[in-house]
Amino acid sequence: MSKIVFSNVYKSFEGGLQVLNGMQLNIEAGESYIVLGQSGCGKSVLLKCLLGIMKIDSGDILVDGISVKDEKRYREYLRKFSILFQGNALFDSMTIIENVIFGANQVNKNKSECRQIAEEKLLAVGLEKRVFDLYPAEISGGMQKRAALARAIAIEPEILLFDEPTSGLDPITGGIICNLLKDTIKSLGVTALTITHDLKVAEFLADRAAVLNKGNAVWTGRSGDMKTCGNKFVENFHRASNIISK
Amino acid sequence: MKSLATLGEYTLATLNETGRVFIFAAKGVKNCFTPPFYFREIFHQIMVVGFYSLPIVGLTAVFAGMVLALQTHVGFTRFNAEGAVASVVVISITRELGPVFAGLMVAGRVSSAIAAEIGSMRVSEQIDALMTLRVDPFKFLVAPRIIAGVLMVPFLVLIADIIGVMGGFLISTTLLDFSTGAYISQTIQNMEIIDVVSGLVKAAAFGFSVATFGCYHGFYSDLGARGVGNATTSAVVSSCIGILVLNYLLTALFFGI
Repeated sequence: MSKIVFSNVYKSFEGGLQVLNGMQLNIEAGESYIVLGQSGCGKSVLLKCLLGIMKIDSGDILVDGISVKDEKRYREYLRKFSILFQGNALFDSMTIIENVIFGANQVNKNKSECRQIAEEKLLAVGLEKRVFDLYPAEISGGMQKRAALARAIAIEPEILLFDEPTSGLDPITGGIICNLLKDTIKSLGVTALTITHDLKVAEFLADRAAVLNKGNAVWTGRSGDMKTCGNKFVENFHRASNIISK
Repeated sequence: MKSLATLGEYTLATLNETGRVFIFAAKGVKNCFTPPFYFREIFHQIMVVGFYSLPIVGLTAVFAGMVLALQTHVGFTRFNAEGAVASVVVISITRELGPVFAGLMVAGRVSSAIAAEIGSMRVSEQIDALMTLRVDPFKFLVAPRIIAGVLMVPFLVLIADIIGVMGGFLISTTLLDFSTGAYISQTIQNMEIIDVVSGLVKAAAFGFSVATFGCYHGFYSDLGARGVGNATTSAVVSSCIGILVLNYLLTALFFGI
């Protein structure tokens, strides 16, 4: 059985804007899956629907057989995820270590253990001890991304979600973060779903990929097969991405 | 015909919004009484709502008391009733001016801050992050602010009552030639427990209004700087209207009109 199943998912907004249009997707346990697409094609909405933050109009999303619509099991459903948000979403009233302790505290009530876990995770993502007691606004974007990743893994998820993990970062920091994400996925052995428009990130991180267009997956397969897949939209997307990167 | 349709749409939208506020408030109250409780957050909000509002509330109260003494003296002199200044000051301050002025000042200072903070958290996905960290945003963001509002606005009003009466006393004894002893004894004689208690009950309701509207508008803020700005404005306007409506209802309830 697939770990995550999107089954004929529809989602629209007020005014009739159809964002997800019969989305079908299967993600296997332990794989790193990438969803690619142009800006505004519904990638972030897909992620929010998966988390149940946005309610879907029809269809279903199942994780380990639990439906996102099953209110009685929603806490159990949500407990499987952790997410690295595009803008990091660190709590700006807390220091870096407090952010991670806050995450760890939701799965472990022992305060001293939580602090120990938080320190371990922060060191694991390459942050130095001198930044532990700084506030998010006092550190760089790359450091914030690392701190947010530390918070995400501190809650011991089964599924890690990455929303545009390299957006707003320079190419060198973006590369470092990509390597860090790949190492994290490998070391934790979790299922990972990454949302991005960056083909390089996709090719580096993904076992398999899906390309979205007009609210549906127009192609799914191994990320390396994208340029020869025979789908015109996907090939154009691949070509355009390469032109920009050259 | 078109104007009727517009009026109908506006009425329906207002009713819909009112219903959403009531549901939000009920959910907020429920979460004040169900664990887990975030005590650190509650303490922080108590400081923000109570302690940091003290200067502005105190300043408002002292000037309200001073102006009230002056105006009452000027007006009552026309009827040779200037001796009643102390009674008017203490009753007006404890029943009305203390709670309403303190409530409005807290609405301006705190409700806007709550809406801006929660609105920014919405925009920067911090509220979504709370959910994915298995934290109920109502328990972490809304309940502590409602608890702080309901507990601390009465405390502020009590301080405002004392400072306001002191303001009136100061003006009456220094500028209006009242004797200190007579003013104090008249104040004590004419003040009843119900005056203070009704003011404190009103204050708790005002605190609830300020916190609830601040949280509500922040929580459902539109995205972007403009959305947060609009949420802040709406929070202050709604809180102030809430205070004025609650003030009337509670006055009618307490004093049997």
